Amino acid sequence: MRQVISLLLENKPGSLMRVTGVLSQRGYNIESLTVGRTLDPEVSRMTIVVDVDSALCQQVIKQINKPVNVLQATDLTDAPKVVRELALVRVRTAQGSRGALLKEAEIFGGRVVDSSTEGFAIEVTGAPEKLNEFIDVMGTYGEIDVTRSGAVAIALEARKLRLQPPVERQLSAVSVQLSANPSEAEGVGG
Amino acid sequence: MSALMSGARMLVECLVREGVDCMFGYPGGVTLPFYDVLYDRQIRHILVRHEENAVFAAEGYARATGKVGVCCATSGPGATNLTTGLVDALMDSIPIVAITGQVSTMLIGSDAFQEADTFGITRSATKHNYLVKNLEDLPRIVHEAFYVASTGRPGPVLVDIAKDVFQGQGHYQPVSSIHLPGYKVFTEGHAGQVKRAVQLLRESSRPLVYAGGGILAAGAAGEFREFVELTDAPVVQTLMGLSALPSEHPNFISMPGMHGSYAANMALTETDLLIALGVRFDDRVTGRLAGFAPHAKVIHVDIDPAEIGKNRAPEVPIVGDLKRVLPKLNKLLSEAPSAGERISEERRAWRRRIRQWKDEHPFSAETSDSEIKPQSLMREIDRLSGGQAIVTTDVGQHQMWAAQLIRFNEPRLWITSGGLGSMGFGVPSAIGAQFARPDKLVFAIVGDGGFQMSIPELSTIAANGLPIKIVVMNNGYLGMVRQWQTLFFNNRLCGVQLDCFPDAEKLAAAYGFQGAVVEKPSELAAALERAVRHPGPYLLNVKVSPMECVYPMVPAGGAISEMVLGPPQAEAAAAI
Repeated sequence: MRQVISLLLENKPGSLMRVTGVLSQRGYNIESLTVGRTLDPEVSRMTIVVDVDSALCQQVIKQINKPVNVLQATDLTDAPKVVRELALVRVRTAQGSRGALLKEAEIFGGRVVDSSTEGFAIEVTGAPEKLNEFIDVMGTYGEIDVTRSGAVAIALEARKLRLQPPVERQLSAVSVQLSANPSEAEGVGG
Repeated sequence: MSALMSGARMLVECLVREGVDCMFGYPGGVTLPFYDVLYDRQIRHILVRHEENAVFAAEGYARATGKVGVCCATSGPGATNLTTGLVDALMDSIPIVAITGQVSTMLIGSDAFQEADTFGITRSATKHNYLVKNLEDLPRIVHEAFYVASTGRPGPVLVDIAKDVFQGQGHYQPVSSIHLPGYKVFTEGHAGQVKRAVQLLRESSRPLVYAGGGILAAGAAGEFREFVELTDAPVVQTLMGLSALPSEHPNFISMPGMHGSYAANMALTETDLLIALGVRFDDRVTGRLAGFAPHAKVIHVDIDPAEIGKNRAPEVPIVGDLKRVLPKLNKLLSEAPSAGERISEERRAWRRRIRQWKDEHPFSAETSDSEIKPQSLMREIDRLSGGQAIVTTDVGQHQMWAAQLIRFNEPRLWITSGGLGSMGFGVPSAIGAQFARPDKLVFAIVGDGGFQMSIPELSTIAANGLPIKIVVMNNGYLGMVRQWQTLFFNNRLCGVQLDCFPDAEKLAAAYGFQGAVVEKPSELAAALERAVRHPGPYLLNVKVSPMECVYPMVPAGGAISEMVLGPPQAEAAAAI
């Protein structure tokens, strides 16, 4: 089944690698994955769609919550949500079908972003399944080229973000004796 | 504000404040500034002979004490050599901080000399890892590393430090406050689930405790013993859980699983309530999952929520630290009214049943007058240890026989590579354990295969005068692989014969310590006693019967009740 996960992670080097690493290491198939910044520049939001056995959904969420930089992973599969994806489609088409093509694109809310004698580039957004249909339809007009953004999702119910507070630790009070070390002062060493 | 100091000195300052008294490492080009500070000897640095063994030694130290083990390697090959040890520590949840050097920040990404993407390579080999490119981040990161390694489910954390960070100058501020907003540690356990667990415990006629390494990691052996005595439930301990409850405790059955005892596996098969404490339902314990504890409800307590329900869905899930959860269970249990007469009678019958299984099918007590049986070697070591010595092992036949037959009457005496099953672990982990516990007799029991992966460390043992007793259980084969070829591949032995084992006496002598070879059963006891009495290191090469197999054995993919208890007839005949 397709599991939709919304994930907040610290915007630190390697954070993305940790998330994709866990997914591939545990054998979960990524269908799409998007990352972008949030209102807080130190936090990124990912929307991940994985294709997994329904019995594994909980395990996926638990595993993906484990990396230290992951703030919260939420399963949106069965939650009230809106899922959208953007596709850019370039269609080569014969002069005679241009009018029909444009009409059809309009039905999907498509917007022409480039027009040439060869054909059009069209931008369309919608639920991923809607985009599949749009792409199928455009394919009937001629040779197409497609770039999809991957799904982005937002939950329709506010979720409380549970962050861990700072922890105070006892450190040994012993301090290193400073010795006059000529090589260190000069920054020499290998 | 402290005096101006180098990044290298700042690192040592952090390590000292974390209470590090010794570390295992191997220097190189980019870590030279760090070693220049270590010259002042605030921390004892033990030079190993291969970086992989630096992690194994740090693991031995950590496993023997519960403290964080520290190791260090240089960039490139130094760092890549750490990876086996890091995964080993990850699989067994051992707290390790690994420090590696990295090429200067301006060279990162240029394929510089001895550059490797340590941060990328060790992502899946660690619990967490860092690349330090700015000196101001160094103290925070090092203290975070120790915090992450030692809290929650422990594990290895690697800190990769660029050379110019070692060389930069700055002021050290102790960082006692750790802020990791996404690092969730669950400790307390859900009160409602704890109550439900106690309710199930009261109603159970055939309870069984399935205890693992999580008890030792939590430092909860005392609380665990109290729990066992309050419930009076029989106990199986996994390979990683051995020594949590003393082997001589009347409730202890033995190890379960692929080479577990008949009684342990039958108890698992027939129990009606499995109390799983700090375990992960590993495939080597459960066999075919559908056939594992098929009649049991399960109470599963673990600090890692991802382990709960991973392989077996429990009726009562409790996410928490056993050090906190066990006392809560114990309190409710001691307040609860005692079980009714019917339940008490059924439990007496359950214990009688287990005792009967134990009596009918004890672990093999093979003896022979002509050749040393590996089982009798383990029994002799057990006799000399009396449940008091530290025993380290590699992986394979010797490990299974040692786990079956050697007693451990204190926590943390048994140090073995469980999850990863790394050959070459026994000797270097014994080095770490002996540094951690100079008061203890340490046996490194290894096979003739794994030993030859560890030979370089004989030099470390000799240089530090460590009185480790290395016992090579020498059967001339990679024994466990040979066993599988014998049993499942028609005895077509391929790639398992270890010819030309070195002369142990001469090998030890080459390093300046004593060694001996023993072949006759009649000489075994005296040879081991000589090794133990000898004040220094000792290498004893024990030639055992080559074709012995470890039993019981659950064939791969079988249910644990489907044990093979002894050699098939044809093999028994061929062996005569």
